[in-house]
Amino acid sequence: MKHHRILRVAAKLLIPPILLFALYVQFHGDFGPGGGFQAGVIFAAAIILYALIFGVERARQVVPPSVALFLVAAGLLLYAGVGVASILLGGNYLDYSVLAHEQTHGQHIGILLIELGVGVTVAAVMITIFYGFAGRGS
Amino acid sequence: MLLGFLAVTAIAIVRLHNLFAVVMLGGIYSLISAGIFVELDAVDVAFTEAAVGAGISTIVLLGTLALTKETETTPKKIKPMPFLVVLVTGSALIYGTFDMPVLGDPTAPVHQHVAPRYIEASGREVGVPNIVTSVLASYRGYDTLGEVTVIFTAGIGVLMLLGGRRPRKAGEKAEAAKKKPARGAGGKSP
Amino acid sequence: MLSAGLFNYWIVVVLMMTGFYIVISRSNLVKKIVGLNIFQTSVFILYITAGKIAGGTAPILDDRFDVYSNPLPHVLILTAIVVGVATTSLGLALVVRIREAYGTIEEEEIELQDASAQRREDEEAEAPKGDGAPAGGRGRDS
Repeated sequence: MKHHRILRVAAKLLIPPILLFALYVQFHGDFGPGGGFQAGVIFAAAIILYALIFGVERARQVVPPSVALFLVAAGLLLYAGVGVASILLGGNYLDYSVLAHEQTHGQHIGILLIELGVGVTVAAVMITIFYGFAGRGS
Repeated sequence: MLLGFLAVTAIAIVRLHNLFAVVMLGGIYSLISAGIFVELDAVDVAFTEAAVGAGISTIVLLGTLALTKETETTPKKIKPMPFLVVLVTGSALIYGTFDMPVLGDPTAPVHQHVAPRYIEASGREVGVPNIVTSVLASYRGYDTLGEVTVIFTAGIGVLMLLGGRRPRKAGEKAEAAKKKPARGAGGKSP
Repeated sequence: MLSAGLFNYWIVVVLMMTGFYIVISRSNLVKKIVGLNIFQTSVFILYITAGKIAGGTAPILDDRFDVYSNPLPHVLILTAIVVGVATTSLGLALVVRIREAYGTIEEEEIELQDASAQRREDEEAEAPKGDGAPAGGRGRDS
């Protein structure tokens, strides 16, 4: 789509707000609708939009497939790691109350971390799936 | 109203044979169901459905169409046997709905167990205003861990199926199939 | 009153049967997966319908509201949607591989190809027997 100037300009204007919105949804999920699942999908949608407009090759330079693959595992490990951390601090698995001195504070930290893990995994899986389908055609 | 639209879209999907149009209607279908979820107070679900169903899902289906073909060759007429099966199953399910609690009934069994405790105690115990987030991440953290594992596994599975270089182009494959029908066409090995 | 309260369930049944019909009557694999998606969404609507409370609001705590809809179905369906798209992608990846192996995504043609390949294999297995036993014990055993 190299010659579609309107699409390219519109995409350039749209992609930064989409990424920003994904981060907002990620970290504001405790207070309003949102959370890791939605944020991951929106983030991946921004990258996929970039790949559709500017070509998969350039998208591969922005988010290399190896990095995406690393993040697929990293998000899940972060989630599971929070559980292990809460065991080491003397609580049950995935019991966030022990992560800080105060119960609600600890819960807040725990939810933030695991939502981040969920978001990272979902975004990376969606990007990996897209690369899989896009790379097959060429 | 929206539910009616949803049913019409679903019937249109059955009748259409151009798969490109089917995929586009699939996106519309997801968007309408997101609207229904908002109406039923499930804002988080609507958000996810709008982002996933109308966005990612459509892209992946279009990617598949680009790699396969865009029309289906099934004849248009209604097949009697599947239609009969669907009719019988559907009427049995409709008969079953007469025992269901009506929409919005606060005395329905679903609302009697666990959920009141989440609503009542979540603010005190977890301190997060969005109850969906607190149930998702804290009360049912194991569940979500399992779901993330499923997503992880599906991602790895797609990578294993499509990640490698493709062995031969489709055209060459068809040529090989014509020359040697037995081996070329029926080869099951990847 | 009764019929209005059950309308959601009826639409759910209609959608569910539409998806089911596509899955069992169409032989195109992509169409089958779209049918499964319709079925899946009908189940989502069933759950969310069960979670609704009359006069309730979205389950986000605020001093202005007392009645909240049931958050539990929302949580279950929220994760199910994302898992659903991941598994749908896996199914579509399989469809792409089937297309590469068979050159078609119509189930009937795939079955035809499988049947003819099977017949040919049977013929090849029988052929050496007719020609007389080859050297070694393998021919006799089979």
